[in-house]
Amino acid sequence: MDEIDEIVQEFLVESHENLDQLDRDLVALEREPGSRDLLGSIFRTIHTIKGTSGFLAFGNLESVTHVGENLLARLRDGKMSMTPQTTDVLLAMVDTVRELLAAIEAQGTEGSVDVTAVVQRISSILDGTTTPDPEPSAEPEPPAVAAEPGEEIVARRNVADSSIRVDVELLDTLMRLVGELVLTRNQIVRQAGEQEGLELVRSAQRLNLIATELQEGVMRTRMQPIDHLWSKLPRVVRDLGATCGKQVSLAMVGRETELDRSLLESVKDPLTHLVRNAVDHGLESPQDRVAAGKPAEGVLTLRAYHEGGQVVVEVCDDGAGIDPDRIAAKAIDKGLRTAAQLAQLAPTDVLQLIFLPGFSTAAAVTNVSGRGVGMDVVKTNIESIGGTIEVESVIGRGTTCRLRIPLTLAIVPALTVECAGDRYAIPQVSLLELVALDADRAATAVEDVNGASVYRLRGALLPLVRLADVLGVESDRSDGHVLIAVLQAEGKRFGLVIDRVLSTEEIVVKPLGARLKALGTYSGATILGDGRVALILDVQALARRALTAEALERGAASVAAETQRATGEHLRMLVAGIGGGRRVAIPLSSVARLESIAASSIELVGSREVVQYRGAILPLLRLDRHLGATSERDGDDLVVVVYSVGSRSVAIVVDEIIDIVDEEADVHSDVDDHGLLGSALIRDRIVEVLDVRAAILAADPKFYTAPEAEAGLHDQLQEAV
Amino acid sequence: MSARMVTFTLAGHLYGVDVHAVQEVLRGLPRTRIPLAPGGLAGLINLRGQVLSAVDLRAQLDLPSRDADQEPMLVVIRVVGEPVALLVDTIGSVVDVDADQFEPPPDTLSGMSRKVLLGAYKLEHRLLLALDVERAVAA
Repeated sequence: MDEIDEIVQEFLVESHENLDQLDRDLVALEREPGSRDLLGSIFRTIHTIKGTSGFLAFGNLESVTHVGENLLARLRDGKMSMTPQTTDVLLAMVDTVRELLAAIEAQGTEGSVDVTAVVQRISSILDGTTTPDPEPSAEPEPPAVAAEPGEEIVARRNVADSSIRVDVELLDTLMRLVGELVLTRNQIVRQAGEQEGLELVRSAQRLNLIATELQEGVMRTRMQPIDHLWSKLPRVVRDLGATCGKQVSLAMVGRETELDRSLLESVKDPLTHLVRNAVDHGLESPQDRVAAGKPAEGVLTLRAYHEGGQVVVEVCDDGAGIDPDRIAAKAIDKGLRTAAQLAQLAPTDVLQLIFLPGFSTAAAVTNVSGRGVGMDVVKTNIESIGGTIEVESVIGRGTTCRLRIPLTLAIVPALTVECAGDRYAIPQVSLLELVALDADRAATAVEDVNGASVYRLRGALLPLVRLADVLGVESDRSDGHVLIAVLQAEGKRFGLVIDRVLSTEEIVVKPLGARLKALGTYSGATILGDGRVALILDVQALARRALTAEALERGAASVAAETQRATGEHLRMLVAGIGGGRRVAIPLSSVARLESIAASSIELVGSREVVQYRGAILPLLRLDRHLGATSERDGDDLVVVVYSVGSRSVAIVVDEIIDIVDEEADVHSDVDDHGLLGSALIRDRIVEVLDVRAAILAADPKFYTAPEAEAGLHDQLQEAV
Repeated sequence: MSARMVTFTLAGHLYGVDVHAVQEVLRGLPRTRIPLAPGGLAGLINLRGQVLSAVDLRAQLDLPSRDADQEPMLVVIRVVGEPVALLVDTIGSVVDVDADQFEPPPDTLSGMSRKVLLGAYKLEHRLLLALDVERAVAA
């Protein structure tokens, strides 16, 4: 059975179903011989089988159904009328088809089923030479596979009888009923707990177990392995590779990962698009690959796994990678972003610009990927099913597109929280972590930036939003404890202050009416275990509402910085040249922006060089002089690295920005030079690691008026040493 | 037009909606309030696994709020196919009314009531105020 192709499997299941229908139709036809409807139905069935068998190269099957179809066409069009003889012949044809299908199922081929007799009988009727048939009954030719009839029957059961088609709507109804049952069960279990009767309690517990199992079972009926989608991709990749002149091997990891059928459908097109993109744009030609020291054959890896109640699907290629600078240039070129906006973005964020509408990275639009379906459509499709998409890329090493898709649309894992006595559900997708502060810590840890509450989460300021304020209700938490749900939406991170955390549970999402949706606060409702309705918070909308645009931008910057810190052991380093072949690494987390300024804009305040920048005066530090090197840059503009803490900034002048590295940098503190923390080996070159604090102080002695602001970073650097 | 109306009371007045619009009548169910929602939306209820909006007709008709200890009844109606629960004081009965008993609302009627009242049926002892269901729910 295993070697039977999946398409053949589907064909068999479908055909067996069709044949059963055919039998019924033929019998009905005997009773009303003139029925056009029945004849049309039979004709269509045979026509379908004929078409598919031709496609699958089952020649005998095709020839039988072909003549059968001709006969049926005449009957349908009224050119011939039904006689007992034609019925017999048609039944004989159906039986032959059945035999052929059985043979295909058992052996994978048509076997030695003889079809000539039936074909002849039908042909003779068609020709009008009604040769009386020696066996007018529906007795078919002795089947070739009859030698092992038992096996044949078992095999058929495997494919056709072990699976049925069920209307998804019916499954939805079942799902809803099961949800009802679970609620009723909860009530019974609670009431049983209050009663004395031991029997009742036992029954309630049994009911509890059965309902849970039933719920899982019904949910499983909607799940299908992602292989259903993937199985079509090797062909796509092969053909596309041939068209583009690329050698591609396709690896698939996690084929058995399951997700909701309806989601599977919605993921199909975006996934195919990503795969096409990867082959067309991601992978280089064999020559380029060899030139870059890579094997000529590119590897495209599809990976699927479950993570945190979501299905993650990755499309990875080991191609050329995406150059953030090219993306940035393109974004400016197309007027999608300004240079100033881009300067604030981390390179990974720049990559996400490819999902903007109107963006297409292919220098030349090819007929493979450039068919008007851009990455923005992929993103829209994925987001419409509650998923997210992100892209990661290392130049020269490849690109990974990562889709995060909910397991099912109907049921999402959520955190239930309480605010002002009401319960709300927050989808786990947006939840990063929970922070609980007792009254003492809350008093100091929740700080104020000119009226806006913030909490210092591992050194980064997290804007706080009080759910009670957003909803305009009165919080009933008066003991000073603060509970923060750290949420992420649209790339921004914020803390939602709630009264109480209740539990995490899988909730069944019920849609809300348009009027409630329009409030922009709730994405749906759900029914909790006790039968009460709880609203599901729309975290995206909350973020938009509560955080001003500017706060969002700042948020994005701090999120980027935070992720770098959270990634742990290694720091991201900006590598800059300062002349004399010397390279200096500056921890990227301390860099706010990279700018180019005109040398003529430098002014002097006392003996210090300053520059006007965004309405503020920025002290200038020439890193070459600070570290005893000599700049080799000529020209009338300067490359500056703007470093900010709070409202204070300094501009560090370097010769050139060489690279941003994400590798683990092993810092040696053997260099005891002024202004350096040590040296590190980055990409096979010795790079000096800047002591940022000393450098900043050299430019602006009063920079650290709030000394602890820097302490975190400094400690981190010291640890790295 | 003769019609059959399901009647209920609100602040002492008798109101009616067409019987065809009514799906069922329920005693009060627990409601979940909806912060930020317009005043007429009195919350969400769980009707056998379906989440329904509950519309407080007193608020919709500019009538004084119900006493805190007075538990409202629910009239579940279908508006454009969607069930919505109306909060009312008490349920009356089903009455047959005749077109010749009907009069449009008096010209002195203004405000919300004018929008949502179709008119009044003159019953023997009192007036039955006919509600425009769609407007009562949407307003």
